[in-house]
Amino acid sequence: MAFKGTLIIDTEKCKGCGVCITGCPQKCIALGKKVNKKGYNHLEMIADTCIGCANCAVVCPDGVIEVYKVKV
Amino acid sequence: MTREEIIKPENLVYRRTPVLTDNVMHYCPGCGHGTVHRLIAEVIEEMGIQDKTIGVAPVGCSVLAYNYFDVDFVEAAHGRAPAVATAIKRLHKNHFVFTYQGDGDLAAIGTGETIHACNRGENIVIIFVNNGIYGMTGGQMAPTTLPNMKTATSPYGRDVELMGPPLKITELVAQLPGTYYVTRQAVYTPALVRKAKKAIRLAFENQKLNKGVSFVEIVSNCNSGWKLTPVKSNEWLEENMLPFYPLGDIKVPTQE
Amino acid sequence: MAKEIRLMKGNEAIAEGAIRCGCDGYFGYPITPQSEILEYLTVQNPYPKTGMVVLQAESETASINMVYGGAACAKKVMTSSSSPGISLMQEGLSYIAGAELPALCVNVVRGGPGLGTIQPSQADYFQTVKGGGHGDYKLITLAPASVQEMYDFVGLGFDLAFKYRNPVMILSDGLIGQVMEKVEIDDYKPRWTDEYIAEKFPWAMIGKPASRGHNIVTSLELDSAKQEQVNLRLQAKYKVCEENEVRYETFQVEDADILLVAYGSSARICQKVIELARAEGLKVGLLRPITLWPFPTKPINELSKKVKGILTVEMSAGQMVEDVRLSVGCAVPVKHYGRFGGIIPTPTEIVEAIKTF
Repeated sequence: MAFKGTLIIDTEKCKGCGVCITGCPQKCIALGKKVNKKGYNHLEMIADTCIGCANCAVVCPDGVIEVYKVKV
Repeated sequence: MTREEIIKPENLVYRRTPVLTDNVMHYCPGCGHGTVHRLIAEVIEEMGIQDKTIGVAPVGCSVLAYNYFDVDFVEAAHGRAPAVATAIKRLHKNHFVFTYQGDGDLAAIGTGETIHACNRGENIVIIFVNNGIYGMTGGQMAPTTLPNMKTATSPYGRDVELMGPPLKITELVAQLPGTYYVTRQAVYTPALVRKAKKAIRLAFENQKLNKGVSFVEIVSNCNSGWKLTPVKSNEWLEENMLPFYPLGDIKVPTQE
Repeated sequence: MAKEIRLMKGNEAIAEGAIRCGCDGYFGYPITPQSEILEYLTVQNPYPKTGMVVLQAESETASINMVYGGAACAKKVMTSSSSPGISLMQEGLSYIAGAELPALCVNVVRGGPGLGTIQPSQADYFQTVKGGGHGDYKLITLAPASVQEMYDFVGLGFDLAFKYRNPVMILSDGLIGQVMEKVEIDDYKPRWTDEYIAEKFPWAMIGKPASRGHNIVTSLELDSAKQEQVNLRLQAKYKVCEENEVRYETFQVEDADILLVAYGSSARICQKVIELARAEGLKVGLLRPITLWPFPTKPINELSKKVKGILTVEMSAGQMVEDVRLSVGCAVPVKHYGRFGGIIPTPTEIVEAIKTF
């Protein structure tokens, strides 16, 4: 069973801690160059390979990630 | 498949629980407090007990915890949360009462209140976030600070000869018959977060049994106090804290 | 219907008063000379009858924080101790006042300072009415002078605590706590229901219903502008209390040349002093403050215009005498007579002190 996923990231609440990146099996997220109003480099999706495992959302201290997935 | 096609309500896998308020948490980036708050809030949502839960906040980094949980919450004086919770639970027997405390609150000034609430077997949940340092006041040594660990008040490293070794309060309270479930968890990887949530859920479920304290320690990071990046602080936690504070269940309810 | 009359110790009357007025919880720790309050409650075991929780805590510090927790739920909760234990409770009392919670505390004062003695004293006046804990707050303070008042002031104390959302202190002493007198006992008042509390005290911790946001009980406010508003609100509240809750009693002041001001056991002794003094031709009267805060400033000020001198009698080095001086200004000489360390003054030595005017 394969899944295709995607994320909605609350970029204003993200503090750019990077803890989510370590746990992503698909290497599809990273801290970008853009900063939010607080000056943090926030998370962004960098590839199309998300499988919606929600590892990132589950470990996020600020709960800024919403995860969606469909079966493909 | 486009992003728009995936983002539909029926495809939602994970979203921030509404039991957390919308407020931005003031914790440092990467601090485990936020994750632990989220897990407790998710458990409250899943158990449907938002209208029957009363939380007790400590003094420490999480002094403003009451701004982040959409449940009735009371601020306690430093260390006194178990006493405050004792009265609330005895006066509201059918409510879910939990304390949320750090290492200074629970294992320094509050040691008396911690031990005695556990000894009396109060039917409460105690959440103990242990990061081996006093974050809020600027990174001073805590009773749980590791040997040779540098802090603002142990600038040359914790000297075990002078200050004694770290206090393993969780193992201490597990000795008391009044504790029903004692466990030590962590929240720095997705796998550990999922385990920690199960432990917190069990702790809250236990409250229905009226069999005593459910005590959940979370070994966590303090990247500001430890002067590391969030990711590096979790590596340091794994290499240094966990050997001293091993994860796992310390006391599990026996089958009756 | 005639009320039940019982012979009781002062401490026991506090305990019985608590059960009868619908108290929800007592959390305390033994210390002489007031351990009978906790002991009596455990013997009476009200929990099966009224649902009142009685718990011996591990310390006075834990006791006052248990009271804080119960008060956050708008339950009628109380504790008691004696001087050194009350020192341990100061942090908790400041928190209760700062969070604007209703609670009752009883101090059966013993000689100090430090571990001191177990005999009576009145040297905790400053601690009670001038501070004790940190910050700008006041304890509404009731001073019983009889076992009946020990009983009555528990219900009154809770009424005042909930009226002003503030801690109330019953400032007793080791003599009143131990002496036995007749007490008229009321019928049991039922404890408040959860529905009543939810309706009357919308700020209370009861579990957040869907109809409102979550309640927070705290005394923390990191924004100074907001914290100043908190303090202004407290001060306004205390002003209302000062205007409405002063209680006192006078004896033979109409023609007095010398006014005695005394509370608690000292006031009882002063009644004998008046008898002895008047037998010698000295016109002596007594004003007995019943509330020590708010202090009967106005009545003492009025009386100071009619007398030649004022003598406070306190079992201390002179604490209430300062408030009497503040009430009187320079109008008449204000002196103090006191004994310390648990010694109780005799009527004759007080008469001798009056003669020094």
